[in-house]
Amino acid sequence: MRDFYGVALKTPMMLGTARYPSPAAMEAAFRESGASVATVSMRRERGAGQAFWDMVRGLGVHLLPNTAGCHSAREAITTAQMAREYFQTDWIKLEVIGNADTLQPDPFGLTEAAEALCADGFKVFPYTTEDQVLAARLVDAGCRVLMPWGAPIGSGMGLNNIHGLRTLRAAFPDVAMVIDAGLGLPSHAAHAMELGYDAILLNTAVAEAADPPAMARAFAMAAEAGALAAASGPMGTRDMAVPSTPLIGKAWL
Amino acid sequence: MKIEVNGEPRDLGATTVGDALTELNLREARVATALNGAFVSVAARAATPLSPGDRLEILTAMQGG
Repeated sequence: MRDFYGVALKTPMMLGTARYPSPAAMEAAFRESGASVATVSMRRERGAGQAFWDMVRGLGVHLLPNTAGCHSAREAITTAQMAREYFQTDWIKLEVIGNADTLQPDPFGLTEAAEALCADGFKVFPYTTEDQVLAARLVDAGCRVLMPWGAPIGSGMGLNNIHGLRTLRAAFPDVAMVIDAGLGLPSHAAHAMELGYDAILLNTAVAEAADPPAMARAFAMAAEAGALAAASGPMGTRDMAVPSTPLIGKAWL
Repeated sequence: MKIEVNGEPRDLGATTVGDALTELNLREARVATALNGAFVSVAARAATPLSPGDRLEILTAMQGG
């Protein structure tokens, strides 16, 4: 697995902290999955911040604050600065949303914010699409991690553009890449890892499962299986059958 | 003076971001602040003046994906 700004993760799974039925279910999901990164956000103080801060610190994982809900580079930059001070990390999951229905990134605002934040010393994890030209701009800006979507956030559709994701993976062999958003089933996670991605990031598929800790474990197992498969040299595909049992020595009956 | 705190109109005696946090009983709270869309660090709060109509955002940790 490639490292993330010099940090080697113990497991290829990043997990969100939102939408769980209870704080206990969230903690159990982290425990069961062994997720190595937790995503968190900054929101207006209404009295619950301290307790949540104490809880996420207790998870013992790397924290990755996000700029979720930001629709301009300026909003995202200010949010990142606030998150860096609050969470005491220079990691930032950079989201600059361009469309309210699809929650797809605004490539222009994303590039602008990534340039400013990288120049300011942030270690930027940009939430992006599989667009290779945009990816090149983000790498030029200083991003050493890319987080293309599998499908729109919260949709559970899995990997919508496998060709695009495979092409992107091949184009930047030195850049760590995370499939972020849209995963619904563990098989999607396995597929992402089989394509050579370095990690998966998910939230809703675990948090809204009937049994979040068990689903978290299922995703972790699938991601591990996919990573092992990618490292094991998968066979090529063919159009026609090839018998696996040798024909030599077959009886004449 | 009248300013907006987290989107709500407030009438505060404070004249700096630091004093506003004290007046709102958030001086000791773990929060991050922004004034009119620009980040105000912990170190800069005491010296950052408020003007009528300013928008002060006081943020904290929350669940996120």
